[in-house]
Amino acid sequence: MDGNKAPNVKGVDSPGRRTVYSLCGMCAVRCPIQVEVQDGRVVWIQGNPNDKTMGTSLCAKGAAAIAFENDDERPQYPLIRTGARGGGQWRRASWDEALDYIAEKLQGVIDKFGGKGIAFSDRGGPFADLQKTFVKSLGSPNYFNHDCTCGRNAQHASQSLFGMGRKGLGMDIKNTKHLVLYGRNMIESLQVKEVKDFMDALGKGAKCTYIDVRATLTASKASRFWMIRPNTEYALNLAFIHVVLAENLYDADFVKKWVVGLDELRESVKETTPEWAEKMTGVPAGEIKAAIREIAADRPNVIFHLGWMTARHRQSFYTSRTAHILNALMGNIEQTGGLIIAKGTGDYGLKGLNKLDQRAPKVEDPRVDGVGTKFKHFDKGPGLMHLLFPAILSGEPYPMGAYIAYRHDPLTSLPDPDVMKQALDKLDLIVSIDVNYSETAWYADVILPEATFLERGSIIAEKKGAKPNLQLRDQCISPRFDSRPAWWIFREILRRLGKSEPLEFETLEDIWAYQLEGTDVSLEELRSKGVLGLVSKEERRDRDTGLGFKTASGKVEMISPALDEAGLPSLAPFYDPPANEPGQFNLVFGRVAYHNHAHTMNNPLLNELMSENALWINKATGGELGIGDGDTIEVKSNGYSTKGKVRLTEFIHPEAAFMVHGFGRTVPLQTRTYGKGMADQRLMKGKLTSYDPAGGGNCLTETVISVKKA
Amino acid sequence: MSKYYLLQDSERCIGCLACEVSCKSNKSLPVGPALCKNMSVGPVEIKSLPRVRFVFMPCFHCEDPWCLDVCPSGAIQKRAGDGIVFIEPNLCIGCKSCITACPWGACQWDPAAAKAVKCDYCKDRLDEGLKPACVTKCLTQCLEFGVADKLPSGRRERFAAQIARDAFNPKG
Repeated sequence: MDGNKAPNVKGVDSPGRRTVYSLCGMCAVRCPIQVEVQDGRVVWIQGNPNDKTMGTSLCAKGAAAIAFENDDERPQYPLIRTGARGGGQWRRASWDEALDYIAEKLQGVIDKFGGKGIAFSDRGGPFADLQKTFVKSLGSPNYFNHDCTCGRNAQHASQSLFGMGRKGLGMDIKNTKHLVLYGRNMIESLQVKEVKDFMDALGKGAKCTYIDVRATLTASKASRFWMIRPNTEYALNLAFIHVVLAENLYDADFVKKWVVGLDELRESVKETTPEWAEKMTGVPAGEIKAAIREIAADRPNVIFHLGWMTARHRQSFYTSRTAHILNALMGNIEQTGGLIIAKGTGDYGLKGLNKLDQRAPKVEDPRVDGVGTKFKHFDKGPGLMHLLFPAILSGEPYPMGAYIAYRHDPLTSLPDPDVMKQALDKLDLIVSIDVNYSETAWYADVILPEATFLERGSIIAEKKGAKPNLQLRDQCISPRFDSRPAWWIFREILRRLGKSEPLEFETLEDIWAYQLEGTDVSLEELRSKGVLGLVSKEERRDRDTGLGFKTASGKVEMISPALDEAGLPSLAPFYDPPANEPGQFNLVFGRVAYHNHAHTMNNPLLNELMSENALWINKATGGELGIGDGDTIEVKSNGYSTKGKVRLTEFIHPEAAFMVHGFGRTVPLQTRTYGKGMADQRLMKGKLTSYDPAGGGNCLTETVISVKKA
Repeated sequence: MSKYYLLQDSERCIGCLACEVSCKSNKSLPVGPALCKNMSVGPVEIKSLPRVRFVFMPCFHCEDPWCLDVCPSGAIQKRAGDGIVFIEPNLCIGCKSCITACPWGACQWDPAAAKAVKCDYCKDRLDEGLKPACVTKCLTQCLEFGVADKLPSGRRERFAAQIARDAFNPKG
């Protein structure tokens, strides 16, 4: 195509048949894939069988990648806004023109406020070294990711106990005897390898206790399902711990060696009996007792899941924290069928990848969200994005001038887009770099079309685990449109600002060579497999002497000094959420297996499977409100109202309502999904600034909606 | 009947629909036709637990296919070697007789090509020694494909293991 001078990886356009190993980009899991290319076109995608767990499996989203590639309803060339923000008027620009425009605006912001006046967000993941290097090179401490609406509470819970983040302890699901899931909908919010292990474990007779406000497909495979009152699972965990301590069901040997603060823990759960928890949760006390006894009988090969998407309510951090306390009490750490400490190259005495980040000068300025200064108990890495918007609005602790969204769509994924827009309106520049017309892109000043994951290579990813490995996203084909890979876009912006030294590489192959320099791995070897294990034999740490928790005491700390210092309880009493009025519900959101959170709604094949969401409410409750299955309803919250379809089911708690996230799109260029369904984030009025003070995650499921027949 | 089997183990199926999308993607089909369909039934409450059953419906590749009998143009054919029933697109006149005739709805309409389409077990893949698209990408191996005289005994093995587990752990 004319104007397409993409910096392709060498040989990507060669004729004939090629097999390319890469990493999927249809959701944030990034599964290893094998791609068959015929004369520059992708003809087949499957899982990469060089990864044994993956095999040739690939989920519906990955299978719809070719449809995504061939779809014209995505940004095809750089666009510069001509009308009002969000007005949908654009002009086509060349890359030079768009990049010059951005650089000029960024220079203005740097001159006025310094580099720290630029904020950037992405969705984390294994390539974040590139993005962090870009932000650091700009001279900004304000790298954010999506995690305040995802796993922050779990992250901080894990850090507060073990000194390690949530990925520091991997789950050996395949070999577990009992898995306890708190709304972790493994089957529909699926990661291919994880769900394969899950189903294998069940096939071998593992039990699963699934706790949620509704019966998901995961519930349909579980051996125990509790339809719990919304936002109360923390009470359940307090009762579990109460029984474990009262009946000595814990691993006394492990606890003696590795847990500090057992007395304080015991004191904190003195009154949280199963009978007490029954009143909070609706789960019968007898069942709570039977369950925890059954689970403890299978210890240490049991797992209490920390949660994945834990931005739910004000006690989500404590739910995750108590799940991990139960893990420690079960002594399941560094145990088959329990939790395995994730190990990196360093743990095996190997040299890891060279990081790009180390090439960039250190940034001394504090973060604008106060993480690391005002909030010392939060992980500085990606900060807390919900705190960015109040900071922009107030100009405190310092004013901001620009925001760059890289494959992140806060107007869809964070609550209350109207407030976000008010903040964004104060900025001189909003840029969206994306493969889709996201809601945020539509509100931006410039849209830079990134090449799709099939059309671009990424930096090499190093993954920790029981055994560390390297993963390559190779480029499969050249871009169909005038789009570019992220590494090139970042370098070009930095070049224009005279700050490109850290990303000054001519080609992606040069970046790969830099990353691999000094390791034992050659690019050829990595390319020939796509996923390369770095060690042959798994090593476990010594459970008597060598678990090496990264806390001050080296042990699992029931009382966290960081929380103490922040004036927050480590072992908090349970807050009983108020009951809803008739006709009101807690809004809970989630996914189906064939859509990701917010990026696939317009995909032709996935849209065909589900083109509109519906609000689930309890059948009996709906009946009392005069609502029939399939009716059109009006849903209201704090002055915002929307209309959609209702699904009545007995498999949802009467106090909860559920919808699949990602619908209610407003970008007319996405014709298949435009205007279809309801957007939960717009119903979450006032929730942008509502978060768990100990964990930092947004309190999304505290949103109360009222429902009536339209 | 064709010499193959394509079995679904509902117990292992998670309803992720990778089968449906892989099929459509492999055949470059537009919105509309689905050569295989994984229908879910439920949830229903069984012994106080929510349970969902899945029913996978490709083409059964009948011994005496209704669709073949009614096809006026000879487009629907049966492979001599293995009994796969398929549509030769160049011969299809788009009359939809097969769609009317098939009792299981296996014959579908491709609006882009204005012709009938149906599952052919991905015969081109079979000829390369590969398995059908739906089976290849299935997440949990709940779909199994092979030659019918070598049917797997997975379900019997699972049942035996279950019996043994219950016997060893009577309190279970």
